[in-house]
Amino acid sequence: MFEDEEENIPAISQALNISLERQEYLRKERLGKISVRMTQILLLVLGLVLWEIMADAKIIDPFITSQPSRIVKTIVQLYKEGVLFYHIGITCLETIVGFTLGTLLGTFLAVILWWSKFISKVAEPYLVILNSLPKIALGPVFLVWIGAGPASIIVMTLAISLIVTILEVLNGFWGIDQEKIKLVQTFGGNKFQVLTKVVLPASFPTIINALKINVGLSWVGVIVGEFLVSKAGLGYLIIYGGQVFKLDLVMTSVIILGVAAAIMYQGVVYLERLLVKNNDLNY
Amino acid sequence: MNAVEVHNISMKYQSLNGEIAALTNIGFSVQDGEFVSIVGPSGCGKSTLLSIISGLLSPSSGTVWLSGEKVTGTSKKIGYMLQKDHLFNWRTIWQNVMLGLEIRKAVTQEAKERARILLKTYGLYEFKNRYPDQLSGGMRQRAALIRTLVTDPQILLLDEAFSALDYQTRLAVNDDIYSIIKKENRTAILVTHDISESISMADRIIVLSKRPGMVKNIHEIKLSCSNRTPLTCREAPEFRHYFQEIWKELDVHV
Ligand SMILES: Nc1ncnc2c1ncn2[C@@H]1O[C@H](COP(=O)(O)OP(=O)(O)OP(=O)(O)O)[C@@H](O)[C@H]1O
Ligand SMILES: [Mg+2]
Repeated sequence: MFEDEEENIPAISQALNISLERQEYLRKERLGKISVRMTQILLLVLGLVLWEIMADAKIIDPFITSQPSRIVKTIVQLYKEGVLFYHIGITCLETIVGFTLGTLLGTFLAVILWWSKFISKVAEPYLVILNSLPKIALGPVFLVWIGAGPASIIVMTLAISLIVTILEVLNGFWGIDQEKIKLVQTFGGNKFQVLTKVVLPASFPTIINALKINVGLSWVGVIVGEFLVSKAGLGYLIIYGGQVFKLDLVMTSVIILGVAAAIMYQGVVYLERLLVKNNDLNY
Repeated sequence: MNAVEVHNISMKYQSLNGEIAALTNIGFSVQDGEFVSIVGPSGCGKSTLLSIISGLLSPSSGTVWLSGEKVTGTSKKIGYMLQKDHLFNWRTIWQNVMLGLEIRKAVTQEAKERARILLKTYGLYEFKNRYPDQLSGGMRQRAALIRTLVTDPQILLLDEAFSALDYQTRLAVNDDIYSIIKKENRTAILVTHDISESISMADRIIVLSKRPGMVKNIHEIKLSCSNRTPLTCREAPEFRHYFQEIWKELDVHV
């Protein structure tokens, strides 16, 4: 019969002492990592200090470039007025709704196109044209059709992310090993079972990938939407600040935007790690 | 009654570029409990033939009967093993093994118990909560075999089911599958490229011509070895004789 594979080799080697050579290697790696991180922080601090000093010394015009201390002041002021988290919250919420809806709806439409060869053939030229159209051009149209509100902003993000999602996910569906589908069919599986047992779970990494792309696209859609709608959110603060020449407000909003986008991206990366553990497409 | 009867099967694949005749007038039958092997040159339509027998593909003409019932679609009588194990790596071994039962909505206590026994017999029980990429090739193939056996098929269709394995494991899996099939009196049709493998396992070997496949010859395999297993009967004196005859019929030009 079969001999069973050794499975506790790593455990054994862990229990053993680590060699000097390895300790040295690990120490060097750690040192390298720390020096990269230190340099990054140093550059940031240096940039901020330089910005502050040059603005103070009137080498650059703080009215146009703003400066770190003014930005901090603006944040505090926004906070005191009680609108800081209101604007951040609105923009983040719109973004989250945008990329979630974009991914779900895109996947759903991809399922329909996968299901029916006919529909996908019919839809093909439309998808190609819509994909190459700069969707931002449709912004004013949505504003008129849907009205100046969050709905328009969400539709804007959908316009940007939906087609890409459909194409990406559909490609994933079509790339699935036909033999895996055949396996389900050998057990008498119908099309719906092929979808739920193979196509969707095998495409999970593709869908998560589409989600990641949609986070970026959603920020673009939301900010453009807020520029147009001009009622609330970080995009609104930026456009308003620009109109009344409050560059402090513009810079502050841009920086908050950068931080929020980075945090959200990290969140999605973390989510991905959590969900895609046993799910790579290699096999 | 014969377990499988194949009557005058012909198959043509249609595409815009033309028509490919894969099989012409194939006819043979397989008795209950018999182990039949099909050999033939690459692309002669062996996989096509198994797909037709399993009901996944309907032939251009001809009919297949399973124990007297005409095949019109997939049947619960059949267990079909493909060349690769195709274990889903988002499912644990246990979940993979249960796939066929899930699809047939036949997950019962009894079936689960059968799965447990099979996993134990094949030394995979401790691995049932692992994911496939943590298993070796041989273990994966055994898991795929259990996934098929747990649905309790009367007829096993094996399409190059062992070709992904290394030689040693392959011989061991051959012995295992053979003993299960014989012990439980199942019927089996094995497609293989490996002439030795087919002689060592089959009661009869059907040799197909090159595409479009036709039945070229059928060999009754009689090996003089007591207690036949695929491994021991490789030593039988007739083995070489069968090998040379089939080799010639396959007309392999190197
Ligand atoms: N879906 C299909 N559409 C068109 N032609 C096909 C299709 N499937 C198989 N064929 C063609 O039919 C012929 C027989 O294919 P099949 O896979 O049955 O051969 P095979 O004997 O199993 O080959 P191999 O030994 O390589 O596995 C081949 O020439 C193949 O190109
Ligand atoms: Mg084949």
